[in-house]
Amino acid sequence: MTAPLLSVRDLTTAFRTPEGWREVVKGVSFNVAPGETVAIVGESGSGKSVTSMSIMRLLDPVNARIGGAVTLEGRDLLSLPEEDMRHIRGKDIAMIFQEPMTSLNPAYTVGRQIGEVLRHHDGAGRAEARAATAALMERVRIPNAAARLDDYPHQFSGGMRQRVMIAMALAARPKLLIADEPTTALDVTIQGEILELLKELQEESGMGMLFITHDMGVVAEIADRTVVMYRGDCVETGTTRKIFSRGDHPYTRALLAAMPRIGSMAGEAWPLRFDRVDTATGSIEPQGPVADTVDRSATPVLSVKNLVTRFNVGSDLFGRSTGAVHAVENVSFDLHQGETLSLVGESGCGKSTTGRSILRLIEATSGDIQLDGFDVRALGPGDLMRMRRTAQMIFQDPYSSLNPRMTVGQTVAEPMIRHRLAGRGEARRRAAALLERVGLSPAMLDRYPHEFSGGQRQRVAIARVLGLNPKVIVADESVSALDVSIKAQVVNLLMDLQEERKIAFLFISHDMAVVERISHRVAVMYLGEIVEIGPRAAVFGAPQHPYTKRLLEAVPVPDPARRHHRLTVAPEELKSPVRPRGFTPPPRHYREAAAGHLVMETH
Amino acid sequence: MLRFVLKRILIALPTLLIVSILVFGLQKLLPGDPVLALAGEERDPETLARLRELYRLNDPIWMQYLHWLGDVLKGDLGMSLRTNQPVLVLIAEKLPVTLQLATMSMIFAMVIGIPAGILAATRKNSWIDWICNVVALSGLSIPNFWLGIMLILLVSVNLGWLPASGYESFFVDPVRSLQTMLMPSFVLGTALAATLMRHTRSAMLGVLSSDYIRTARAKGLPGRVVVLGHAFRNAVLPVITLSALLFGELIGGAVLTEQIFTIPGFGKLTVDAVFNRDYAVVQGIVLCIAAGFLVMNLIADILYAVFNPRLRTEL
Repeated sequence: MTAPLLSVRDLTTAFRTPEGWREVVKGVSFNVAPGETVAIVGESGSGKSVTSMSIMRLLDPVNARIGGAVTLEGRDLLSLPEEDMRHIRGKDIAMIFQEPMTSLNPAYTVGRQIGEVLRHHDGAGRAEARAATAALMERVRIPNAAARLDDYPHQFSGGMRQRVMIAMALAARPKLLIADEPTTALDVTIQGEILELLKELQEESGMGMLFITHDMGVVAEIADRTVVMYRGDCVETGTTRKIFSRGDHPYTRALLAAMPRIGSMAGEAWPLRFDRVDTATGSIEPQGPVADTVDRSATPVLSVKNLVTRFNVGSDLFGRSTGAVHAVENVSFDLHQGETLSLVGESGCGKSTTGRSILRLIEATSGDIQLDGFDVRALGPGDLMRMRRTAQMIFQDPYSSLNPRMTVGQTVAEPMIRHRLAGRGEARRRAAALLERVGLSPAMLDRYPHEFSGGQRQRVAIARVLGLNPKVIVADESVSALDVSIKAQVVNLLMDLQEERKIAFLFISHDMAVVERISHRVAVMYLGEIVEIGPRAAVFGAPQHPYTKRLLEAVPVPDPARRHHRLTVAPEELKSPVRPRGFTPPPRHYREAAAGHLVMETH
Repeated sequence: MLRFVLKRILIALPTLLIVSILVFGLQKLLPGDPVLALAGEERDPETLARLRELYRLNDPIWMQYLHWLGDVLKGDLGMSLRTNQPVLVLIAEKLPVTLQLATMSMIFAMVIGIPAGILAATRKNSWIDWICNVVALSGLSIPNFWLGIMLILLVSVNLGWLPASGYESFFVDPVRSLQTMLMPSFVLGTALAATLMRHTRSAMLGVLSSDYIRTARAKGLPGRVVVLGHAFRNAVLPVITLSALLFGELIGGAVLTEQIFTIPGFGKLTVDAVFNRDYAVVQGIVLCIAAGFLVMNLIADILYAVFNPRLRTEL
């Protein structure tokens, strides 16, 4: 065994709180060898990111206390003077982060931000740094690299920005790369490309890689060895193969069991509940099957015909727009009572805009929306209010979609009071019952959102919506921000509610594995258009459109034996739905691949 | 970029037009017939009619406005009722004084306020932060006139270092001009410095906790580069807006400070004009201040685009 590049021994990090020091990383130990990839995997609050920040000593020394030992090639990093540590950062250990959108300085060109590393660590001159920067951008395969040196971060797509981050991290040829959730914020096809790129660059340079993620699929894809963290403890360390095949710790097994796996639904007729997994004991409890809730003989509760939503962009000297984002282009579908239709696609494909247009949170440009007898686009203010009683929305971020100054009781009661369904006292009684229904305690009525975890907050958001007894719920990425075990529980709750109240869900998500589990039917969107729509089994089992196939293939599988060995195609900037003024979209034709399975013809 | 500037100017023009309508309308709303006032004792109907004809008071009001606006555009702001001097001349006399005072005050404010704000933000909750905040709070709460009087007593009367009052044009005797302006601009500048410091501090605090600052630190950049290069560059935007607004306010004149240091600036002109009911002068001043504000806003907008590349491409 080669000498470790990075050795972490008994790392303990504590944060200052009003109640005293609180340990968030408790005695974590692991090694990273040169050329090796070690993944730290865990759910939110497991301390995995704090571990990486501790290694880099990027935590504020006033509020964080780091104990233990971190050595890089025998040098003790924790005892180095700050000035020496600074020379290690970016030079010996480089880091990339989760949010490529916010991790680059918006005020400087990408060329300058990459070149900065070379100038500070290698003492390169301006011209020298510029030439090397162009080469680096070439190396991370940014198309047309030399011409894009002087572009600003906002002129790049998310995936391209992450490539810029990688180029920046590799600039000083680091021995160790710490990647903190580098693909979490990216679309799944882009994620595949970035993982591929990282693997390749590692082979070329022989650097060690510490990969921090919550996604077991990504771990299986990339890591040689895996460290599993749970609430600050390192519960298990081992080769990725061993962790996946026979994890020792119950939490490891629970984490794997909770992870939705794409393709696991073959042969199932209806949506299927997730097994109930206890992360503490590792016990796995299968849940009962879902009853058939869909009645296709009745008129659809929601019927969307030729929906178009465009946003004007740019303006010339006279204030006229120079073009439009064709966010939703000629979208049509029906949704029946008790049915879940998932809208899937990558960021910018128009799936959220579709959902918002249907509830008139955004005004559509044209089209026809019939919702439980309401002609949505023609409604006046009073009818609009009544329509919203029938159709409600649950948003993605349970942290920002609840008013922090309202108690949970007030939050849940408010819609019933506003819609005059109940008086204050009655609304509060109903709110208590609803909290109980979504799996919270009625005793929590008077607590504020910040006292709840992400999963609990999302339950509150669901309870708030249920008060109006809606027939249609638009769930916009409602479980995307949740940890796997919590995600499974919330998805199960949605299925329970559907069974009980025959609610129709328009489930907007980019998470194909969850979509496979929850949907009756699936519509795949690309650049504002539905390219394929049909029963879940058909779309997942026999995808027809090339984009659907690409989307499904890109989903990482939590099985190290099935690592993808794809041919790397040259990355392209995501095509944009922005069209010049006066653009008329070409006519589209759909063919019926099977009963109810429509696919857009490709030319 | 040129297109951006042009567009901003085009947007500023209607605002100026609205201001001119308000200024014109204000005069029409004033009680009393100006012709009666002009005619004095003589109430001869023929004279009154002649005066009305002369001042086009029989025209519809929009015609009067257009004539007035035409005169203004030609640089004719009318005559002062008191001194019988053209308003334009009066303003042209005082404007350089006020501009000099405003500029010097602003320099004081920025030189003190911005570094103090950056320092306080980077040393949040330390004794430096604490001292900066206490000093800023005192700067805000000490009235200008009191500080001015104290400074005169100390620096001029007791120490005899600087003249206590008076004004000298910068182009006639620059040294003397700077000497006379030093204390008043310091008095005005300190109060503004406190405001600037508070805003710089909060803007910097917001930026310092952002992801790209973490990136900059993870790159191993020296603290100086992280704070001044990466953070300040992004925190400077709200500071620019505030500085422009403060400067616009300064053009309006600092009545008390000018009074204490007997500086013949806009503030004094305004007070005199208001008390003397010298409406033409008041009108001219209001127009001038409004134009000053718009110009400052325009400059702020342009600086915004310089510092924020996103604006440049989106607008």
